[in-house]
Amino acid sequence: MYEFKYHRPGTVRQAANLLVKNEDAKLIAGGHTLVPVMKQRLASPPHLVDLSHIEGLDTIEMKGRSLVIGATAKHAEVANSAVVGEAIPALAELAGLIGDPAVRHRGTIGGSLANNDPTADYPAAVLALGATIVTNKRRLKAEEYFQGLFSTALEADEIITKVMFPVPKKAAYVKFRNQASRYALVGVFVAKRPSDVRVAVTGAGSDGVFRVTAFEDALKKRFSHKVLDGIAVSADGLNSDLHGSAEYRAHLIGVLTRRAVEAANAKD
Amino acid sequence: MAKISMIVNGNPVNANVDPRTLLVQFLRENLRLTGTHVGCDTSQCGACVVHLDGRAVKSCTTLAVMADGHEVKTIEGLAADGAPLHPMQEAFREHHGLQCGFCTPGMIMTAVDLVHRKGHELSDEVIREELEGNLCRCTGYQNIVASIAAGAKAMAKSDLA
Ligand SMILES: Cc1cc2nc3c(=O)[nH]c(=O)nc-3n(C[C@H](O)[C@H](O)[C@H](O)COP(=O)(O)OP(=O)(O)OC[C@H]3O[C@@H](n4cnc5c(N)ncnc54)[C@H](O)[C@@H]3O)c2cc1C
Ligand code: FES
Ligand code: FES
Repeated sequence: MYEFKYHRPGTVRQAANLLVKNEDAKLIAGGHTLVPVMKQRLASPPHLVDLSHIEGLDTIEMKGRSLVIGATAKHAEVANSAVVGEAIPALAELAGLIGDPAVRHRGTIGGSLANNDPTADYPAAVLALGATIVTNKRRLKAEEYFQGLFSTALEADEIITKVMFPVPKKAAYVKFRNQASRYALVGVFVAKRPSDVRVAVTGAGSDGVFRVTAFEDALKKRFSHKVLDGIAVSADGLNSDLHGSAEYRAHLIGVLTRRAVEAANAKD
Repeated sequence: MAKISMIVNGNPVNANVDPRTLLVQFLRENLRLTGTHVGCDTSQCGACVVHLDGRAVKSCTTLAVMADGHEVKTIEGLAADGAPLHPMQEAFREHHGLQCGFCTPGMIMTAVDLVHRKGHELSDEVIREELEGNLCRCTGYQNIVASIAAGAKAMAKSDLA
């Protein structure tokens, strides 16, 4: 790891000022992506700005019809939160499937979304639930936020402060884990929202998280796994690697979507 | 350099460290607490697990400066020198939960955290699921799982947390 200067702001405003003042400065939250990347010398920020001491940035609460999760809320806190379990149990379950217990004690929702790893879990929930990413500058809809592999709409001095999830009628997440890394080989988040149905897929797309509109249209007519019979997902644009071919991933998307719809229906 | 202070195994510690120092480096090299091991150095194996404010974390993926102002417990802090072993350590000894012993400190710190979170009656399924982030290249896990189940029960009757 190369040398860096360490900063510990007490407020989001101070953190933003540090980012503006110090060129190539990077935020650090849980460090469970950034520290490994810095050890490999794939990143060598000259300044690190630690968000973990900013009070109130990890708050989890209901605001009207939305579940609001602060950027530095750790995966274990989301998984165990009574508020999340009550409002969107599928989201609590998703958080409980990330990595392993020690990873969940450090990693944060803001770090995961800022990183936008194509095999990370949270992006599927954010896109399927139609969440809004709130930053120190603006509000970004999920569709405009995710911009392909490891890239997002965030500017260099922009800080995610919270994520607002509208509460769906039903939802479920089904993850097919890569046995070695624990990340998603394929993960499907299905949400039946008041006005529509959304199906978001992580792990499979060579351009990151995406929606399967053919499934969404069918499920909007009737929310049953049976309506998916006969609708195939194309392997075009899906990843092929030593863990699975694009065709295999396309097949898994169908299987996992059926399971997710069944799981969502089983919840009431 | 950055000034840090934390409580390690109950004792206050102050130091001046290069900010890129990992928590595991600080524990092993500055404090000479070499019970915490580095297996993979890539966040996979769990040999480096310690408790940060009572929760299991991988100290190879945590900067020492991020532990500033917090409380750290390592394998050395489970039982006092010369005193009887912590019930989880004793269970690993009794049930042959180790062979070379390299993964053991991390396994035990993970197991103690697991008991704190999920209680004293743990099914094999729960234990195996929770050991996701801890690798052992010797035992085949069978006796580690048996040790943790027994250690969890024993912890219910012990004063050592
Ligand atoms: C062994 C292991 C297994 C894992 N398994 C999974 C898994 O199964 N599924 C999964 O989804 N993830 C997995 N992860 C990743 C884990 O969830 C990370 O913690 C997460 O992706 C990053 O969160 P962090 O808080 O650690 O971010 P950091 O590492 O601190 O930061 C990551 C990036 O986000 C930026 N950043 C952080 N916070 C903010 C913010 N508030 N605003 C703007 N930018 C910010 C940082 O500058 C950095 O570029 C795994 C990690 C490990 C080590
Ligand atoms: S040394 Fe930390 S996880 Fe392997
Ligand atoms: S006992 Fe040798 S690695 Fe586990």
